[in-house]
Amino acid sequence: MLRLKNINTYYGKVHALRNVSLHLGEGEIVTLIGANGAGKTTILNTISGVTPAGGGEVLFRKEPVTTLAPDRIVKYGISQVPEGRQVFKPLSVEDNLELGAYLRYKSREEKSAIKRDMAQVFTLFPRLFERRRQLAGTMSGGEQQMLAIGRALMANPKLLLLDEPSMGLAPLVVQEIFRVLERLRRENGVTILLVEQNAKAALKLADRGYVLETGKIIMEGPSFELTENAEVKRAYLGKDKKEIWER
Amino acid sequence: MKREPFKFLLFAVLVLVAPLAFKGGYLMNVLVFVGINTMLAVALNLLLGYAGQISLGHAGFFGMGAYLSGILTATCGWNPWLAMPLAALAVGILATLIAFPILKLKGHYLAMATLGLGIIIYIVFNETVDLTGGPSGLSGIPNLAVGSLVFDSDIKNYYLVWTFTLAVMLFSVNLAGSRIGRALRAVHDSEVAARVMGVNARLLKVQVFALSAVISSLAGSLYAHTMTFVSPASFGFNFSIELLTMVVIGGLGSVYGSFLGAALLTLLPELLRGAQDYDIVIYGGLLMVMVMFMPGGLVRGIPDLFRRMARLREGAGNA
Repeated sequence: MLRLKNINTYYGKVHALRNVSLHLGEGEIVTLIGANGAGKTTILNTISGVTPAGGGEVLFRKEPVTTLAPDRIVKYGISQVPEGRQVFKPLSVEDNLELGAYLRYKSREEKSAIKRDMAQVFTLFPRLFERRRQLAGTMSGGEQQMLAIGRALMANPKLLLLDEPSMGLAPLVVQEIFRVLERLRRENGVTILLVEQNAKAALKLADRGYVLETGKIIMEGPSFELTENAEVKRAYLGKDKKEIWER
Repeated sequence: MKREPFKFLLFAVLVLVAPLAFKGGYLMNVLVFVGINTMLAVALNLLLGYAGQISLGHAGFFGMGAYLSGILTATCGWNPWLAMPLAALAVGILATLIAFPILKLKGHYLAMATLGLGIIIYIVFNETVDLTGGPSGLSGIPNLAVGSLVFDSDIKNYYLVWTFTLAVMLFSVNLAGSRIGRALRAVHDSEVAARVMGVNARLLKVQVFALSAVISSLAGSLYAHTMTFVSPASFGFNFSIELLTMVVIGGLGSVYGSFLGAALLTLLPELLRGAQDYDIVIYGGLLMVMVMFMPGGLVRGIPDLFRRMARLREGAGNA
């Protein structure tokens, strides 16, 4: 469904991504793990067109979308939940959700479809329904994360890009959010690319994973393989540190 | 949301009957200015309060509207009704061309760039003497007229100007409540997030900048045709700052707030005339107090004040 071929992305002179290639199948949940500054967010921003690639190719359903502007990418059905949630704080929950459907206001049928989608977001996150008139900035971190995901869903995406949805949240809330992601894939067939620092939780949810280090993909494979990999365990799962050190 | 049409209707009726209370006189002339300034403040508020983009050059667009209208009618002998839209179109095109590079800047840099723009326009008014009359101004600008009705008195101008002002306010209230208004506030809060939602932030900012300039130009044309005389002094840097003050004092992101700010800043100097030399001190002091105690502007501060007073009274009753 999505394929990145030899992507190179630059911030000015800084070479942030080096020949990154990855792919996602329809309905897959794939995770990108890696340390701070490895380039995880950059990959998402390159796909969504916020920081376009300096070289290489992004194919979405076999069509090149490499150099398209973010609003065109959204029209293709790719929706991003940005890092740090970035909900529109001075706007109400409802207004935030409406903004997610910004590009869909064209016809009358779409308007009723938008209403249905909003109802679905409220079923996924009942807490958002309770707070629909509240200003987004006055909600807790977890609620804001739910809103950020709900907002992205309002664009009716085929592919959802999530940037560290667990950041700064209580373990119980993270569990709740990950359950919703699982449900989205099962019920709506949404494909998910998940960037996470919480590698343990991410690998548990995902089918496959890529490990990123300083702008390069250094490892890939099914989640269970990565979970068992000694190097991944040591670096990202915080296990067996002692054993490796003693060896 | 359903309260908005009612609010607007109430406001419009107040505007219509206000002259009855004042029975003409000098104050009518001031109220014409309140109308023009309200239009300008609403225009700037669309840019500053909703989209979050500052402009310190709006007096320039206001002046361009006034001068283009003035030159086209007084010098070229055009019909004012034709000159007004043409001036607005020209200003709109210029604003769009300037907006593309300038709105890439943010915060202080955008303030500097728009400040420069305002100053350049001001210098052009002063220096192109053959066209604008330079510092001594341009006179002989005709009044607007519909058939045999010529808008040549304060009361007629009051209704003329306020018709336009009300139209601009109604338009802005609707825009603010629409999907575009939501997108503007989104860009204001987080441009990156707005972009990944599919909002073309750059284009939207340019469009609102141009719209704001066009409304300012219309206000300028109305100014020229009601005053029948324009000179560069009215369109300097000071006036850009005054407009900014109106928007902030009135309340960012509120159309009615812009009216309150414009009304206050236009009426205050008139009311303080009795204080003679101390007027500017009182004026400045009042502004400072208002900014300190009403950070949300008059539109939020005044209801707050009433609430606090009611609570105090309740407290006193209980004691």
